[in-house]
Amino acid sequence: MINKQVTSAAEAVKDVFDGATIMIGGFGEAGSPIELIHALIDQGAKDLTIASNNTGSGEVGLAALLKAERVSKIICSFPRTANSTVFPDLYNNGKIELELVPQGTLAERIRAGGAGIPAFFTPAAVGTPLAEGKETRLFNGQDYLMEHGLKADFAFIKGRVADTHGNIVYNKTARNFGPIMAMAAKVAIVQVNKVVEPGEIDPEAVVTPGIFVNRVVEVASPVFESQLVTAGVSYP
Amino acid sequence: MSEQVQIIGRTREEMAKRLAQDIPNGSYVNLGIGIPELVTKFVPDGHTLIYHTENGLLGMGPSPEEGEGDLELINAGKRQVTANPGAAFFHHADSFSMIRGGHIDLCVLGAMQVSKSGDLANWSTGKPGAIPAVGGAMDLVAGVKSVFVITQHCTKHGDPKLVEKCTFPLTGVGVISRVYTDLAVIDITEQGFQLVELSPGVDFEYVQERTGAELLPIS
Repeated sequence: MINKQVTSAAEAVKDVFDGATIMIGGFGEAGSPIELIHALIDQGAKDLTIASNNTGSGEVGLAALLKAERVSKIICSFPRTANSTVFPDLYNNGKIELELVPQGTLAERIRAGGAGIPAFFTPAAVGTPLAEGKETRLFNGQDYLMEHGLKADFAFIKGRVADTHGNIVYNKTARNFGPIMAMAAKVAIVQVNKVVEPGEIDPEAVVTPGIFVNRVVEVASPVFESQLVTAGVSYP
Repeated sequence: MSEQVQIIGRTREEMAKRLAQDIPNGSYVNLGIGIPELVTKFVPDGHTLIYHTENGLLGMGPSPEEGEGDLELINAGKRQVTANPGAAFFHHADSFSMIRGGHIDLCVLGAMQVSKSGDLANWSTGKPGAIPAVGGAMDLVAGVKSVFVITQHCTKHGDPKLVEKCTFPLTGVGVISRVYTDLAVIDITEQGFQLVELSPGVDFEYVQERTGAELLPIS
């Protein structure tokens, strides 16, 4: 019998090791797996490389992981946040390395990594500072940049419903990077509001098939970054 | 002691209204943050546009009523929105396939600088200490069929935003087709900035003085 459900967020992240690469889903707070991130802060792994679209808000979730100085490098498209000084302070003090990647290139690198494609060519960023040092090739009279697929040791993802086989359904624009990060990570960990039995999700409605998912954990009432920030919470 | 402030040219709303007249009915449109968002208010009667937001929604609707929003239904500016009837959610690789694959008809962006050959700079001043953040702008300009800029003609300090050559870091090379400003509508052509239309009450010399490259008059 297949059962990918684990009992707690702490259990789900217990084997994350120092130096691991982790993809963290979310666009802003939508889809940010905040309970998994907080469990990772408690767990203590350090010298991490994180791939995520943003850098978190306030001093909770991803911003709290950064503030705890567990992250040595972040691969990111939009690290500026209106309500957090955590990343700018670390960056300006030379305490974190930033690999800035256009958002669509980041998505395609993750998709390619999960799909067994080592590299691809994209028109995005040709002729800009983000093209420096990258191979350019001409196709049909237009220049394209070579970009490499991206893989990770772990992915932290937030969904709405999972079954115990790891099939996932998401909530609205919280889907964002979840499906592709699940493909690109050796161990994909998904927190969901509810875990159900196999057969309870219509196979036609499954967004991420269970083959891409290793662990699911039920977090019935997840918190949101904005609510914690408004309440003045700083984690831990 | 009241000071008369004379507004020359179009307001932000009037700029958005002018641009909205040029979007074909039924277009799939991606709007940037700021003035571009105002375009939705001025879509001509009888026209329906389908709005794409790159974080994963096609068929984006207006802001929700107070208390009816969902923190996980947001736009690229991370503000709460709604999903219109017929909307669809999708993941980021699909979203950027829509963009890069040429499926989105039109993108409207703000600008720091636009060059006469259609280069765009809109993501970084390149100043030391500034946190570089690019988001989806480079993918949008590289992939969307038609890219319009809507912007004030000059910076707050009075410097032209339409220039011979961009001095800020580029977002894309030769990607802009048309610019809507408070003073004029200007096409990017092989010859450079081609005036399409002056805003009411503005004359050619006034616009040329505030443009950092030659402006070709309407022939």
